[in-house]
Amino acid sequence: MRRALCLLLFVAVAGGCAPAPRTVTIGIHYSHYSISEVEVPAGVPVTFTIRNDDPIDHEWMVGDMAMHERHRLGTEAVHASRPDEVTIPALSTRTTTLTFPVPVTLEYMCHLPGHEQYGMVGVLVAK
Amino acid sequence: MRRLPVFLLALVLALLSLGAPAFACGGLIGPNGAVNLLRTTTFVGYHDGVEHYVTAFQFAGGGGKFGSLTPLPGVPSNVERGGAWTLQRLVRETQPQKAVAAPVPLATRNALSDVQVLLETKIDALDITVLKGGGAAVGEWATAHGFRLPADAPEVLDFYAERSPIFLAAAFDADAAAARGQRIGDGTPVHITIPTANPWVPLRILALGKQANDPVQADVYLLTDRRPALLPLARGANGLTLAYDRTASKSLLDDLRSDAGMTWVPGTGWLSQLRIDTTAATLSYDLAVDAQGRSPSRVAAGLDRPGAADPTALELTLLAAVAGAFILVAFREQNRISVPA
Repeated sequence: MRRALCLLLFVAVAGGCAPAPRTVTIGIHYSHYSISEVEVPAGVPVTFTIRNDDPIDHEWMVGDMAMHERHRLGTEAVHASRPDEVTIPALSTRTTTLTFPVPVTLEYMCHLPGHEQYGMVGVLVAK
Repeated sequence: MRRLPVFLLALVLALLSLGAPAFACGGLIGPNGAVNLLRTTTFVGYHDGVEHYVTAFQFAGGGGKFGSLTPLPGVPSNVERGGAWTLQRLVRETQPQKAVAAPVPLATRNALSDVQVLLETKIDALDITVLKGGGAAVGEWATAHGFRLPADAPEVLDFYAERSPIFLAAAFDADAAAARGQRIGDGTPVHITIPTANPWVPLRILALGKQANDPVQADVYLLTDRRPALLPLARGANGLTLAYDRTASKSLLDDLRSDAGMTWVPGTGWLSQLRIDTTAATLSYDLAVDAQGRSPSRVAAGLDRPGAADPTALELTLLAAVAGAFILVAFREQNRISVPA
């Protein structure tokens, strides 16, 4: 189910005729994302640069409510890094590229304990 | 990717099952964030320009390591094991009708290099380090030394670092405490000596890692040469109550003076007991004290940002005079207009 969703939502960047990737920079300061709503075009690669200015680790995890619920409940097994689940160590920057093949509204948040409750939540709209 | 079922439940379980120690007026940081959920007790004495800050860890059993970060108003000249009965004696003085309870104890890149370690010492199972640095630097140092800081830590550390860049980090090794034979309920008092112009007690740090509606409960005993002026005012509605406010008894002062490291206690003094009973969202201030009974610093209380200089008595008087003159002129002008031609 999850793999199918991933395949559906995140498609690897293909050949040289692909349109130039869009870029979005999201800062993190005092455990809040600098942008609470991001609108990106569907069907083209978008590069996200997430800069963590805090002295603690954070995450930028984008997905639908079912994906977030799995992480909240702890049923998501430990896994390798994924393009849509990025850990940003303290005082560092990470970059990831995603393509949303169809228009969709997703949420991004940090699932480290207490961070979502503190307000580390945002909305991503691909249209 | 680490996931926990329910954060609040995890905090409670961490406290119960891991046997977290508690530390007064510091943000206690366990594996899941701050777990300082119990009423804490702190004593702050001020005499001859020196603040004596006495607080305690309480060993509550179990294992694991916990840490605490406490902001300080200045560089301590000494950190030592506190006396054996100071906190208990204060509780007995202000609550004589109750049984004595055991004291319940607390971005720049490469910021790590911006931290100065001013002092390191070990007291029982506590590893204590006094740091000087900005909020990000201290936070990075704490993370690098095994502290898991909660989500609000970056803002709270900056809040304090803007006022005083001195922090006391205490790492408590519960396994070492057990190995030392410490029993559940045993406390490790810590006495911090800080030369400073006025005493100051960090309170906001008690809410570190808590959810907005989580309770914060603490008792602060303050001993000064004379009746102090406090800010914020203990109005009750703001979660701060002045539960005891009178001349310290000779027997109390004699008892305190007889405890280890307490010979500085003067022959006369004023004892205040401040009770904090509020929620984390409400506790946005610290306790600023003017030991001379005049005007405590709004900046120290966390009510103004640093740089917003506290008005002097002369400035307040001039402001009142100008306001009074303005009102008088306005009143006369109104009378003049109302007089028919």
